[in-house]
Amino acid sequence: MADEVKAVAEAQPKEKLFSKKNKRTLLEPFSDNNPITFQVLGICSALATTVQMRTALVMTLAVIFVLSLSNVTVSLLRKFIPSKIRIIVELAVVATLVILVDQILKAYLYDISKQLSVFVGLIITNCIILGRAEAFALQNKAWPSFLDGLGNGLGYGWILMVIATGREILGSGSIMGFSIIPESLYAAGYENMGLMVLAPGAFILLGLLIWAQRSITKTVHE
Amino acid sequence: MLEHYLSLFLKSVFVENIVLAFFLGMCSFLAVSKKVETAFGLGLAVIFVLTITAPMNWIIHEYLLREGAMIWISKSLAGMDLSFLNFITFIATIAAMVQLVEMVIDKYSPTLYAALGIFLPLIAVNCAILGSSLFMVEREYNLPETAVFGFGAGFGFFLAIVSIAAIRYKTRYSNVPAGLKGLGLAMLITGLMSMAFMLFSGIQL
Repeated sequence: MADEVKAVAEAQPKEKLFSKKNKRTLLEPFSDNNPITFQVLGICSALATTVQMRTALVMTLAVIFVLSLSNVTVSLLRKFIPSKIRIIVELAVVATLVILVDQILKAYLYDISKQLSVFVGLIITNCIILGRAEAFALQNKAWPSFLDGLGNGLGYGWILMVIATGREILGSGSIMGFSIIPESLYAAGYENMGLMVLAPGAFILLGLLIWAQRSITKTVHE
Repeated sequence: MLEHYLSLFLKSVFVENIVLAFFLGMCSFLAVSKKVETAFGLGLAVIFVLTITAPMNWIIHEYLLREGAMIWISKSLAGMDLSFLNFITFIATIAAMVQLVEMVIDKYSPTLYAALGIFLPLIAVNCAILGSSLFMVEREYNLPETAVFGFGAGFGFFLAIVSIAAIRYKTRYSNVPAGLKGLGLAMLITGLMSMAFMLFSGIQL
């Protein structure tokens, strides 16, 4: 019996924890296959939670948590989920994780949870999470799925942080809530750009970011 | 009284447009706005589903989930607070309603079904639908207000997606920098549209 197991193990050499393929799974979402700028998923929260960097950071962490765990759960359950009702099952998994996040935020970061208001709940319908569960976790083992979730979460996160930084510096003249524009500049006639705090600023900033990233990576989409 | 509902409707369509002011439903807004016909179909489907699910979820929240909601069953349940189950119940209701609506339309109006077709199942994961249900809880609307708000939010989505589809159709052969083509340009246009819709703020009936 033991020999048999050994033979099987030798016949299928175990994939290394950080094999080339797994590394690619983790790193691809950062630029070439970024969830926001290339897959066009999860834009709602990317815009709504980026008025301040603090809320954006909390949102990023929440999404990374939900995304990697939901990917692992769906991947572990993939052989038991009938394909007809898979969307409902995935939604149930994601909703449970989001309730966890929401309760934790309410307990420890009440102010931020108030500021994020409905957008924590909307992680459930964040297309990145369902999209990755459908496109990756349903076909792959747990560990690559976890890496895929983590990679996509981080790829989503850095875009969020870049937009939030831009909006906070231009819109309120601060970083993480600390004012960085010196008083003398305000005295000289500088004013915060109110537009950046409002919705149009977010759209335009993201549009410019997408433009910049696609020009650098030279990918043309239609 | 009528004025109150009218102003709530106008507010949810124009001033607090669910796409252009709250960024909800952006994914389908960008993905399905390449052609006016499909945008029209999706817009109609969203109006339809939102008008049904928002009051549905209101009733569930009011009589089952909120703190002390179950007092009508028995006095001993007065202290129950199930509002942490809001998310999972709302999304389940929405998914079930979408399925139900799909079957009813399929049975009674094949033409409408053919027009909405593939968009109906997609709507279950449109954040505009769940978002409106969560907003109605946060803003403590009553039942008629929720119904008006649901319809208004759906109509706002419809208006936004049809107009951006029309604009994107026009710009399809415009000479823009390669990196800006597609998504980048769509975001900039949305930004300008959002600015235009902001001008409605301050209108009072």
